[in-house]
Amino acid sequence: MGKETHSRRSFLNRLWLVLGGLAFAEITAGVFGFFRSSSQEKPAANGDNIITAGPVEKFEPGTVSAFVAGKFYLARLEDGGFLAMSRRCTHLSCTVPWVAAENKFICPCHASEFDIRGEVTSPPAPRALDLYQVEIHQNVLTVNTGKPTKRSAFASDQVTYPKAT
Amino acid sequence: MLLPAEKSWIIARNKTVENVSLSILQRIRLSILTGKPEERNDQQSQRNVFRSFLLHFRPASVPERTLDFSLSWGQGGMALVLVILLFASGLMLKFSYEPSPARAYASIIHLVNQVRFGQLLRNLHHWSANGLLLVVFLHCLRVFYTGAFTGPRQLNWSIGLVLFAAVLLSNFTGYLLPWDQRAYWAITISTSMLDYLPAVGTGLREWILGGSEPGPGTLVNFYAIHTAILPALLLFFVPWHFWRIRKANGLVIPRRSENEPMTAGEMVDSMPHLIIREAAVALLVLAAVLLISMFFNAPLDAQANPGLSPNPTKAPWYFMGVQELLIHFHPLFAVLVIPGLLVLGLLLIPYFNYEANTAGVWFCSARGRKMALAAAILASVATPAAVWFDAYATAFWRAGPAGLVSNGLLPFTVLLAVCAGFYWLVKQTFRANNNEAIQAMFTLIVTSFVVLTMIGVWFRGAGMQLGWAA
Repeated sequence: MGKETHSRRSFLNRLWLVLGGLAFAEITAGVFGFFRSSSQEKPAANGDNIITAGPVEKFEPGTVSAFVAGKFYLARLEDGGFLAMSRRCTHLSCTVPWVAAENKFICPCHASEFDIRGEVTSPPAPRALDLYQVEIHQNVLTVNTGKPTKRSAFASDQVTYPKAT
Repeated sequence: MLLPAEKSWIIARNKTVENVSLSILQRIRLSILTGKPEERNDQQSQRNVFRSFLLHFRPASVPERTLDFSLSWGQGGMALVLVILLFASGLMLKFSYEPSPARAYASIIHLVNQVRFGQLLRNLHHWSANGLLLVVFLHCLRVFYTGAFTGPRQLNWSIGLVLFAAVLLSNFTGYLLPWDQRAYWAITISTSMLDYLPAVGTGLREWILGGSEPGPGTLVNFYAIHTAILPALLLFFVPWHFWRIRKANGLVIPRRSENEPMTAGEMVDSMPHLIIREAAVALLVLAAVLLISMFFNAPLDAQANPGLSPNPTKAPWYFMGVQELLIHFHPLFAVLVIPGLLVLGLLLIPYFNYEANTAGVWFCSARGRKMALAAAILASVATPAAVWFDAYATAFWRAGPAGLVSNGLLPFTVLLAVCAGFYWLVKQTFRANNNEAIQAMFTLIVTSFVVLTMIGVWFRGAGMQLGWAA
């Protein structure tokens, strides 16, 4: 009786608590593991997705061409330089149409506006349209849509120029 | 006088007592009724069985004064009826809906075109869901303006808020299931909002979407949430909500002023006084939902097209207030700061230290009523003015991307200053006690939100420009 029984009982009670806590932690970890792996998409092996856009002459300066399957816009600036931009609005991911009549991208969801360089001209969008890498080999444009680059604003080093002929 | 049927039952009863054999149907019927065999055929005792069954749900007696329709407007009962209707119609819809992007839209087209009563069933579910949202909102207002969140009802206010959130999420997750244009872009926008939550946002978004863009994983997730998680939550919280009413001795006792004593007064039997009223409300709600469902079809847009956001792309009506905030504020403020503060305020309402006990008094007092009205009028004028000002007058300095300061902190500080100024004005000028002042603040904010919702529904046209929405 007395102290010994009491301490043994409290020890066993504590043991139950610890074991119960351990079991709870295991199950929680299991549930999280389940949800994590069930939701994860397999990313592409190297993340690249090269799309051939066409020869340089196909695109007039000051125009924007939509690539529906590639989900991007190719803009040719007035000075002849190229920009490939994501069609996702940087505000809340709506697809932004190019409105040629007004010479700007206008988001139909929350009225953000972007100019031909993807620069925000009217909020609520917080940054310029995401960029894709453009390369020009032998006068043919390719765009890598695997890796979008976030940018806060337009800068001249984002533009790719064809080699002078 | 005994009816022939009753006579035969008395004979049957005597046979039981005398242990004479009965037909199998008689045995089954007698086995269902409880009590001594010789009493089971008594009509009164059969009625008692029904009554004692009812007493599992309703109290034996209620204060007569709380039966007044103008106290509760039957809103709790209406909500319960709609929840039951939603469970029933939802269970039926589960038999025809297929949760995959390839099949979801087609399964709904099949439901409304090929299945007998399919369109009616879908309409019932749709209108019950929208009606429920409206009813629980009004219910929340009623509870607030009768001060029925104080005293023993504090926790029940919080339970009610959880239920409100569950109803809102149920509506929203259900909105996504048809996989039409509205659904697709609502998913896209709402999950993109999560991106603005610091640290956890992007991970949370990809977890909910089951990938980086809406797809098969998204639909399965929303389907599980809509048809299992949220119904289970409701099954737990709805009975708890009702049980807490019982624990608080029923509804708040209506009073004309805070000086009137809070006594229950005369008690009346629930059966029939309460039950008959509840049955009447239930039948009226059923009739209304059925009628609406017969004449108005639940909307269904074109099938989801990831390449084309419709112009304008609008949120479901109950989120148009948030949509309006998104147009005017940096997303961090529209998604996190402002809604977060509002939810915090709502949760804290029962736990403020109030100067007076106004439980059961509509609008606290005559002065409280006037101030609430003033707040409502102020909000109805100031909110459209602020929206107009932001849309036109500030264009010259707002061009360019939304900044955390210029589109977040700055307008938010102005908003806070207006609220603080209003509170100070009410306290100082009108000498309000804090019951009335908090009520006026609540009215100001709720009215603003309702006005923002109305602007989103009716005054946002193509390109989200202000104007009459077709």
